[in-house]
Amino acid sequence: MQARQGLYDPRYEHDACGVGFIANIKNRKSHAILAQGIEILHNLAHRGAVSADPLAGDGAGILIQLPDRLFRSEAERLGFSLPEPGAYGVGMVFLPRSAETRRACEAVIAHFVAAEGQTLLGWRDVPVDPSVLGDSIRPNAPVIRQCFIARGANCVDADALERKLFVIRKQAHKELRARGLPDSGNFYIASLSTRTIIYKGMVICERLAAFYKDLEDERAESALALVHARFSTNTFPSWELAHPFRYLAHNGEINTLRGNINWMMARRHSMTSKLLGADLDKLWPLIGDGNSDSATLDNCLELLVAGGYPLPHALMMMVPEAWSENPLMDPDRRAFYEYHAALMEPWDGPAALAFTDGRQIGATLDRNGLRPARFFVTDDDHVVMASEAGVLDVPEERIVRKWRLEPGKMLLIDLERQRIIDDDELKAEIATAKPYQQWLDQTQIKIESLPDEIAPMAPPRAVLLDRQQAFGYTQEDISFFLKPIALSGEDTVGSMGRDTPLAVLSSRPKLLFDYFQQRFAQVTNPPIDSIRESLVMSLVSLVGPRPNLLDLETGGKHIRLELHKPILTNVDLEKIRRIEDNTGGTFRTSTISICYPAADGARGMRAALDAICTNAEQAVRGGHNIIVLSDRLVAPNRIAIPALLAVAAVHHHLIRGGLRTEVGLVVETGEARQLHDFCLLAGYGAEAINPYLAFDTLSALRHEFDKELSEAEAHEAYIKAIAKGVLKVMSKMGICTFQSYCGAQIFDAIGLGADFLDRYFTGTVSAIGGVGLDEIADETMRRHRLAFGDAPNYRDALDPGGDFAFRVHGEAHAWNADTVSLLQHAVRGNNYRKFKEYTRLVGEQEKALISLRGLLDFDYPADPVLLAEVEPAREIVKRFATGAMSFGSISWEAHTTLAIAMNRIGGRSNTGEGGEDPQRYKPLPNGDSMRSAIKQVASGRFGVNIEYLVNATDLQIKMAQGAKPGEGGQLPGHKVDDWIARTRYSVPGVGLISPPPHHDIYSIEDLAQLIHDLKNANREARVSVKLVSELGVGTIAAGVCKAYADHVTISGHEGGTGASPLSSIHHAGEPWEVGLAETHQTLVLNGLRGRIAVQVDGGIRSGREVVIGALLGADEFGVATAALIAAGCVMMRKCHLNTCPVGVATQDPELRRRFNGTPEDVVTLFMFLAEEVRELMAKLGFRNFDEMIGRTDKLKQRTDVDHPKARHIDLARILHRPDVPAGTKMHQCETQDHRLGRALDHQLIAACRPAIEKGEMVVVDLPIRNVNRTVGAMLSSEIARRYGDRGLADGTIRARFVGTAGQSFGAFLARGVTFEIEGAANDYVGKGLSGGRLIVYPPHASKIERDKAIIVGNTVLYGAIAGECYFSGVAGERFAVRNSGAVAVVEGAGAHCCEYMTGGIVVVLGETGTNFAAGMSGGIAFVLDESGKFPQRCNLAMVDLEPLADQDEHIETLEHRGGDLEMHGLVDVVHSLTQSDAKLLHGLVARHAGFTQSPKAKTILANWERYRARFVKVMPIEYRRALLQIQARTRAAERPEVSVAVGAAE
Amino acid sequence: MGKPTGFLEYQRRDRSYEPVDERLKHYREFVRPLSEDELRRQGGRCMDCGTPYCHTGCPVNNLIPDWNELIYREDPRTALAVLHRTNNFPDVTGRICPAPCEASCTLNLIEDPVTIKTIEHAIVERGWAEGWVEPVVASRRTGKRAAVIGSGPAGLACAQQLARAGHDVAVFERNARIGGLLRYGIPDFKLEKSVIDRRIAQMRAEGVEFHPNSNIGVTRPVGDLMARFDAVVFAIGSEVPRDLPVPGRELAGIHFAMDFLAQQNRRVGGEKLAAPDILATGKHVLVIGGGDTGSDCIGTSNRHGAKSVTQIEILSMPPEHEDKLLTWPDWPMKLRTSSSQEEGIKRDWSVSTKMFTGKDGHVTGLSSARVEWRTSNDGRPLMEEVPDSDFEIKADLVLLAMGFVHPVKQGAVAETGLALDARGNLKADTENYRGSVDKVFCCGDARRGQSLVVWAIREGRQCARAVDEYLTGSSDLPR
Repeated sequence: MQARQGLYDPRYEHDACGVGFIANIKNRKSHAILAQGIEILHNLAHRGAVSADPLAGDGAGILIQLPDRLFRSEAERLGFSLPEPGAYGVGMVFLPRSAETRRACEAVIAHFVAAEGQTLLGWRDVPVDPSVLGDSIRPNAPVIRQCFIARGANCVDADALERKLFVIRKQAHKELRARGLPDSGNFYIASLSTRTIIYKGMVICERLAAFYKDLEDERAESALALVHARFSTNTFPSWELAHPFRYLAHNGEINTLRGNINWMMARRHSMTSKLLGADLDKLWPLIGDGNSDSATLDNCLELLVAGGYPLPHALMMMVPEAWSENPLMDPDRRAFYEYHAALMEPWDGPAALAFTDGRQIGATLDRNGLRPARFFVTDDDHVVMASEAGVLDVPEERIVRKWRLEPGKMLLIDLERQRIIDDDELKAEIATAKPYQQWLDQTQIKIESLPDEIAPMAPPRAVLLDRQQAFGYTQEDISFFLKPIALSGEDTVGSMGRDTPLAVLSSRPKLLFDYFQQRFAQVTNPPIDSIRESLVMSLVSLVGPRPNLLDLETGGKHIRLELHKPILTNVDLEKIRRIEDNTGGTFRTSTISICYPAADGARGMRAALDAICTNAEQAVRGGHNIIVLSDRLVAPNRIAIPALLAVAAVHHHLIRGGLRTEVGLVVETGEARQLHDFCLLAGYGAEAINPYLAFDTLSALRHEFDKELSEAEAHEAYIKAIAKGVLKVMSKMGICTFQSYCGAQIFDAIGLGADFLDRYFTGTVSAIGGVGLDEIADETMRRHRLAFGDAPNYRDALDPGGDFAFRVHGEAHAWNADTVSLLQHAVRGNNYRKFKEYTRLVGEQEKALISLRGLLDFDYPADPVLLAEVEPAREIVKRFATGAMSFGSISWEAHTTLAIAMNRIGGRSNTGEGGEDPQRYKPLPNGDSMRSAIKQVASGRFGVNIEYLVNATDLQIKMAQGAKPGEGGQLPGHKVDDWIARTRYSVPGVGLISPPPHHDIYSIEDLAQLIHDLKNANREARVSVKLVSELGVGTIAAGVCKAYADHVTISGHEGGTGASPLSSIHHAGEPWEVGLAETHQTLVLNGLRGRIAVQVDGGIRSGREVVIGALLGADEFGVATAALIAAGCVMMRKCHLNTCPVGVATQDPELRRRFNGTPEDVVTLFMFLAEEVRELMAKLGFRNFDEMIGRTDKLKQRTDVDHPKARHIDLARILHRPDVPAGTKMHQCETQDHRLGRALDHQLIAACRPAIEKGEMVVVDLPIRNVNRTVGAMLSSEIARRYGDRGLADGTIRARFVGTAGQSFGAFLARGVTFEIEGAANDYVGKGLSGGRLIVYPPHASKIERDKAIIVGNTVLYGAIAGECYFSGVAGERFAVRNSGAVAVVEGAGAHCCEYMTGGIVVVLGETGTNFAAGMSGGIAFVLDESGKFPQRCNLAMVDLEPLADQDEHIETLEHRGGDLEMHGLVDVVHSLTQSDAKLLHGLVARHAGFTQSPKAKTILANWERYRARFVKVMPIEYRRALLQIQARTRAAERPEVSVAVGAAE
Repeated sequence: MGKPTGFLEYQRRDRSYEPVDERLKHYREFVRPLSEDELRRQGGRCMDCGTPYCHTGCPVNNLIPDWNELIYREDPRTALAVLHRTNNFPDVTGRICPAPCEASCTLNLIEDPVTIKTIEHAIVERGWAEGWVEPVVASRRTGKRAAVIGSGPAGLACAQQLARAGHDVAVFERNARIGGLLRYGIPDFKLEKSVIDRRIAQMRAEGVEFHPNSNIGVTRPVGDLMARFDAVVFAIGSEVPRDLPVPGRELAGIHFAMDFLAQQNRRVGGEKLAAPDILATGKHVLVIGGGDTGSDCIGTSNRHGAKSVTQIEILSMPPEHEDKLLTWPDWPMKLRTSSSQEEGIKRDWSVSTKMFTGKDGHVTGLSSARVEWRTSNDGRPLMEEVPDSDFEIKADLVLLAMGFVHPVKQGAVAETGLALDARGNLKADTENYRGSVDKVFCCGDARRGQSLVVWAIREGRQCARAVDEYLTGSSDLPR
């Protein structure tokens, strides 16, 4: 692995991949199983990645049972003999290349084997063929040897030996890491076990067996094979990080890793084990820092197993199902999870985990089912499980079961009991093994059950004001947060971006909270929709000591206190304070004040903190088990230490002492008020928070509210909003449970020094260094003085703040009255002199430190070049793009003005996430074009059909947005007018939700798949991925490049927005300087930079900033806010209110008339920018732009800064130039090989020429396999280029496939094309379906009932726009997610079916999973509910359930619905039917039967009247209202004379 | 902000005036306030801009959106507090400020701005009427002594701030009454003097000592102050008027505007007049100069009962409507008609005065010519006389209202030896307002050159902060 350098840090590497296994249920060992394992690996190869070197994979591996026959004869050959199976273990050891170090390693192993009382039998050189390794790998490949260890007398059985081997391995690793011999980094024991062995390495999947000769050796036999193909974002993968690990292989990511590691460390002193005894101590540190998340997960699992937990039990503890919000769960199982919640915080994140100990093999999925796992069972006792279907060819008639792993479920094959144990049985067995409910009853107290207390009264106004000021309250805290939150119960929203300085650059005293930015998920793991998928979320917090992790028997004596949310009312806090009296002394609470004498001044804070930590430690040692850190005693002579600092300091102090799990940590603080504050306190260890001053403030404010609110109601609304907000912030990182968020430290620091962070916030990093305790204490002191001083402006008022809107005595804003008006005057008057005046002002702001780049200066060379020799401005402007703003967030006028301007100069404008009106594809008579060159593909997929895709120059996948990374969006119904609805293929008046994640991207290999899909849909377009700057974004960008993106955008946190939560605008993401530099450095370090263009955006305003961007490594530049300002925006920050007075960000026709922008003004802006860039290039000595890219040697950090905080910043890591060989590419100059050559579509297109060119009917028959991905997209692009959305006449092309289709089958399939599969299909079938027809049914030979077999995978019909589908079988999770117009019939579906659907019809002829219709705002679903359980599985937040109307009502229904269905452009099938629900449904079922020969459909049709009554219709409430409105309007238009009556009826 | 959609629902409505023939009969103010309901609606038009241009458009950075909101929410008392946070004398600016804030109002870009000045005026008058305006008495005295020379808006604002910071402040004024330009320069029909008197009462309660009839450097040496005070603030205004040195300038009946206006103010205020009457009654009055002082001369002349009033301006006639896309939020050059001009006036532009003509040593008119303006290559305006465009204007009272060039140097300035800048103003910067001599501070028109009252207030406030910092090492006074 590469060492940390510049901004590159290996800690941010991620991986994801393909995983699979095969096992013989009867535990029959054979070489065939091994060979089949290898075959599965081959067929998963497309899920792995290769780096610049085509033979250098990210890693592949296989885990098998010990091949005893092979080893026995090999041992004999080597001159030693093996005892009976179970009495010896084998180690697979990677050794350093240096012979000397190698000998030392072997000696260390020998030493520990002996020390632990076992016998080292001998060593074997593992036969390998290094010639199959990549050139970049071979020179550093380890020497691979196996060691054989026989059981010693101190071990009674194989389990005991297994534990000893674990102890030996841990000690050997620790010893060798500690010795730090040269090259010892290569030392690694891949496995050391009596049961299993792992062959893995930096080999591409196809070559694994060629590399390890053992795998091809017929003597190697196993009854199971677990395989893994790795895709690492990480560019420097290593041998040891290849999977499988000792117990598991993992596809996914652990988001809570930092917290999990901390908590493991924290419980060291509370842990004892009967089984491990004294050996337990030898195992520390349990987790080697710097390991990957998967390796860490494996470390923990290994400990639990060694400690005596059965393997599935351990996994249930670590990756529990969603239990707290699931009312349907069996009480025993619920008790099991609730009990274990106190033992272990969940390891949270997307995960498909395949695990084995050689005796059992199985798999489990995370609570939200974010990774795919399909399996089948054959009649000859084989089970095959893999990330996708079709990885192993097995005759269909042999298959007796075909299914998928469902969210949170487990599949286990017990080879000793020789049977499959399914989830229900397995978990019932485990959950009832011990009396968990009884244990719970003994040890658990819920806060509600404690006797009521009386909270203190709020202080008088004058005291309140002083306290507010001491804690830095501003007027904006009141007007932007507390007041609106109390009135609405929602966190507040704002617009435009953040253009204020970082806390460390600000000259105002900032709260410590402001120095931290929230981290968020992008690409390698998905954010979660905490609203629509709330059933997986939990805010339960446990306060108090944790039980001994390895106590399996007693249930423990520790009492724990359970809260449903971590925010405490004043009453709750009193209950906790007095808990000792009410629990008979089992709980003892100690309140520790975090205030210290003001007389000690700022310099007194360090000692005060130390004293608090000591007090806390003494309290714990003295038997207190809850600590309340409190700043209630703040007073003129008592300064409050920032609560966050106190909490983190105590938390880490207790972790270091191994005491943290002995005690609960609660904070009572006046400082916390905004959402971000709570997240930080929890993230650094507070299990519960009482924001008493926020409550006091609300109590005082209450009298100013327009509506009547009791004190309790105001407090309640505030708690509700904050709780909801905390869930949202957790979900941004993909974390579902508060317990694992607590202490997980999901934050980057900006501008805090390493010493300070290491001491108090251990594990958190600032890329730019920064201030320490002294400066933080000074700021606190300044606030304190002002609060209790005599300043006239603070006598009766709070500080204005000015963070969220410009205020004259508030925070500085880059966009202020002067900069906005100067820029506008300059472009409108085409006055370059004025523009220079504007950039001079921008320069002055920079110098005054409004952003990091203000700390940079150019290092001009002595030899400038002549301006005339510099690349002309008309070339430079081609590097510019405007921002992604949807038509919907900005007006038609503003949107087209930007598009025309950018097209004139050869730059690019961006559609944003709103589709594009096809009229814009045609050039205007004057030669202008309104077509946006960049077509965005975002999570809502609005209007993303094949016509849209082929009309793009760039296709941009928006992974995150600078103003709200990790969050989705919502366009409320009242903003969706006719035009916007048409462009987005939705219904006017119906709200549209963009989910937080792309539901087809839960990991890096999914992103690779979407890139592949888009490239197939438009081969000419560049595919771009938009990321947001955070630490680690460079590693993600490298992964994006390896996923074959042509272009990557790094957005700074300054980026704008039409509407985002204020906490996200201000507290998520990093400045672009950091992300861009890290991206460039990481790409250069591994030779990928030439393959991908890097764009930067987020607050670029001047030529100077463009040049800094280029020197830090950008090829291209996005300029959004400045372009909008050139077009008339005046930074009203009212986009989210639709009241933009200058017609930019509004749809109000009255306001749109006031739009006064012109394309000329926008062109002028970009020409001016380019001109200024040229001037700087001349001074810097560059003639060509490309030469300038990445030349950080032309930048230097200013030395003339005497800002008290900023002078601590160190930009060396940003300015670092990677040490790479000469000739390494520094800018984009190559193209990606997208590997489209192998696409099946080439054959299809060739065969369909007559159809494409002349519209003749064509029928094609082809076999299909899982490696044939995105079949149909390229064909559809050929059709769309010629015929647009209209496509071909229905039935023109008919393609019939046999086999299992790869991912994204039928993506974007155009009108006139029918695809039919006899077999099955994987994930993402019919993604973006654009009018085509898809039919999938199982092979005729199949013996399984179709409504019990899986037929298509997860996330089918995502963003489908039109077309129809008939799937004769069960679909996976999220069927028809965000469908906007397709019609689909399926015989069963997984969880979250019809999520976010906005149009179309879905018919489910069988069981559905839970959370049906979450976020469904439009379209209709019909579900056959034979069991009567459907209402419980449906999310009723947005839909009504109704029976199908009786025949008698048909006339009425027909009247109502007729026009509507037509209006939505539903496919012909609907149009031609009579328009009653029953007839519509009957027709669809009949077509299903016709196309698929479905027995179920036939049965239904044959017994129609009986079945009809069992169908439930799912009708979105908003959709119905919108349809009625449209209908009323249509009628009124047709019959104006009755319009009055209709209006009155409404 | 009031109502997010207020600007779409309500039209701008402003205060009205008494009819011309009524108001010409007296020297009182003639503005008729808006009803409370209407005022509230006008406050509701404010858009709560994310970037409030009025904030920086206003020289004292009035917190305009805040009090608009408070007026809309019917909380005039808090509005008054917020108003006073940035402005010592909103009752003055609410009357006579040209309101650059309204030019910079975002609504002005697309339609008519919020009636900011009217709302300001209403808030502070309500405050006085309700008894909400109180002295702000310092809780601690510093024992430091500061002298302020000049009792115009800069001097008064400075003195009030210093007193509130706990210093002992003495204000020295050469005239018989306190108020400087406010009292003697601005006619009563625009600013009744009781407005100043009640502020003086307030300041007395806050501890300010006033010394009228003290012409420092003339009747009392500066050295006296320098010896007795820890800091001395020069807020002496910019009183030297621009002259028109053309033939005939020595004729009787040609006066500087300020001589004419000050005399009228003294007359209304019942002061004894030291100089002979300058009256427009029955005369053809010619006002040279198109600014606010010119307007005041017109209003006064009409009240005197002039036979005719003519106003000429050397600059060309500005456009009736500015190109807002190129001017907003700056103060635009456009044709404005003041209330005094409405009262009866002949106006002419691009007129250059070549000589005064007279009879018996008294002026009878002037010869003038047309000029044309063009822009030079480096963006500077150039004036050229139009050949053969000479014409005559009849006048028997000529008032020169062409602005002021710099402060009076004789007396205090000369005695102290303060350095001057290139334009002849007292040299000091806006960071610390320090004059070139130790413990001397300079602010207002004397430092920045002739300007608006609101600028003078700003300078006085900021200078007070600088003095406070100088005296105590730090300052809590707002900038």
